Amino acid sequence: MIKMKYREAVRAGLREALKSDPRVFLMGEDVGRYGGTYACSHGLLEEFGPERVRDTPLSESTFVGAGIGAALGGMRPIVEVMTVNFSLLALDQIVNNAATIRHMSGGQFSVPLIVRMATGAGRQVAAQHSHSLEGWYAHIPGIKVVPPATPADAKGMLLSALREPDPVFIFEHAMLYPMEGEIEDNAGPVDISTAAVRRPGTDVTLITFGGSLWKALEAADQLAASGIEAEVIDLRVLRPLDTPTILASVGKTHRAVVVDEAWRTGSFAAEISARIMEGAFYDLDAPVARVCSAEVPIPYPKHLEDAALPQAASIVKTVQEMLHG
Amino acid sequence: MHCFAEAGQPSLDRAHGLKLFHEMLRIRRFEEKTVELYSAGKIRGFLHLYIGEEAVAVGAIQALTPDDAIVATYREHGHSLVRGTPAGPLMAELYGKANGCSRGRGGSMHFFDAARRFYGGLAIVGGGLPVAVGLALADKLQGRARVTACFFGDGAVAEGEFHESLNLAALWKLPVLFLCENNLYAMGTALARHQAQTDITLKAKGDGVPGEAVDGMDVLAVEDAARRAVEIVRGEIRPYLIEFRTYRFRAHSMYDPELYRNKDEVEQWKKRDPIVTFEARLREDGLLADADRATIEAAVDAEIADAVAFAEAGPWEPVENLTRDVYTP
Repeated sequence: MIKMKYREAVRAGLREALKSDPRVFLMGEDVGRYGGTYACSHGLLEEFGPERVRDTPLSESTFVGAGIGAALGGMRPIVEVMTVNFSLLALDQIVNNAATIRHMSGGQFSVPLIVRMATGAGRQVAAQHSHSLEGWYAHIPGIKVVPPATPADAKGMLLSALREPDPVFIFEHAMLYPMEGEIEDNAGPVDISTAAVRRPGTDVTLITFGGSLWKALEAADQLAASGIEAEVIDLRVLRPLDTPTILASVGKTHRAVVVDEAWRTGSFAAEISARIMEGAFYDLDAPVARVCSAEVPIPYPKHLEDAALPQAASIVKTVQEMLHG
Repeated sequence: MHCFAEAGQPSLDRAHGLKLFHEMLRIRRFEEKTVELYSAGKIRGFLHLYIGEEAVAVGAIQALTPDDAIVATYREHGHSLVRGTPAGPLMAELYGKANGCSRGRGGSMHFFDAARRFYGGLAIVGGGLPVAVGLALADKLQGRARVTACFFGDGAVAEGEFHESLNLAALWKLPVLFLCENNLYAMGTALARHQAQTDITLKAKGDGVPGEAVDGMDVLAVEDAARRAVEIVRGEIRPYLIEFRTYRFRAHSMYDPELYRNKDEVEQWKKRDPIVTFEARLREDGLLADADRATIEAAVDAEIADAVAFAEAGPWEPVENLTRDVYTP
């Protein structure tokens, strides 16, 4: 095992992808000469050249669409849309083309496209640069959605996505890039079909993913100090969703709290809650609770941004109320 | 086979002339049959007819080789027919049958054919252009001397993706042939009512893509321009745009009451019917006689009758297969 930052793990994955498959190329805004907004592709232009590491104009719809076309044409494009906020400009290509072409063509064409983007809030960049919309994407059949929460998953999921015949959307929480974690020296592809129990527990299940995993784990540590053992599930994959792992845990703990940085209304947390209701209703000792963002465009000042987002303290409070009323 | 002695000096070969005529008539009769079948309830959903615009697909596709790719729009029945997808699977697709060219999953707006490199049938206006750019990028990166022909309408030039795609193709020197079928109306909104600059070639020039405007009612002019353009795109590996000035004789779709244009205008354009005028030209040059006409009509009628029979006989997809092809197995 070695220590590696999340952004270095992403870069290691990109480098390995470029090295291992001549069909792979990167494109996106500032992935080349700038080295990637989050430095994920730093050095790759120099190493692999401008044909394979391509800076694009600020034309999200067109370079995502070109990724779809290149995938149809036999390449393995890895497209970086700088952040989820800008991916809204490419929604037509994603929803109307990437997700539909396989089905609409009666199975004649697959779209082996990887799209990576940063997501999430927490850096005081205000309402237009703080969205958490991976739940929206998970709504769409025809694509796969993964929000890696650890360096090992950041690298491994990218390499696994490369083996997928269909579009994979990778959401990297912007707060995770500088985070350091343990990773195997030669870490390779990881499974992208199942959730992971990151911390075993018996009293309540905290279900989360991406950047919120670390807040949930911190909350679990605090709860342990007061004698409450929380099990923490990292969903890892939002579509297709691993429901059995969730239901097995709830069957054991009888209580569930979903932590999701998106707004509560119409959130992915609502989907999780519904699955628990459908599959484990009689196992529950309490209604499923959700810790989500406040229903407000994410504000700039730190104290207001902190208040708007799920935090370890709000998770702890929710669990305590659930257990003790 | 090149049908011209030299550019601008058409010297029409009889076999080729009859082929072009035959192809345009196939589209016309296919579309007329779909109207009938729509009224009979065999075809549902949106149905966008290509009647009046036949010369564009027929002329332009002559310039492509089987290795080239086509990206088209929701008004793509004609393009698929000319590309060589048999009429049977196309008609079956309109029926929604499992023997349709897209297993019935797409319908009128989503014809696909992998064997003929026909990438739809993409029905969001402007949405096909980025895909075409990507197909061309894949060819360039893999060192293949292929052309991607991208058909779109005048409505698409209003979309950001039009400019974005032309810019990227020009910037990266990609072999895309942009083919704008300017039928003057974005559904019901005339070009001049939604664009400050109505010269589409000028817009393209601004994005770094050279181009020209061509009479889209004249199949020979279309073919000539397309052949010259393909030579540039393939030979010099860079994009080119042709604006075909054309007109649809029928409503936008089966739901369109046509309140936005007057009958005189339609009648004026009908005088330039690409099939009628080309037939006159062939007769004038002594290349088509009554017997040829009858032979072609009979062949087209038989082909369409067979296509309808193929569609009628086709199976419905079992409901158990509803979610197949959402993901690759």
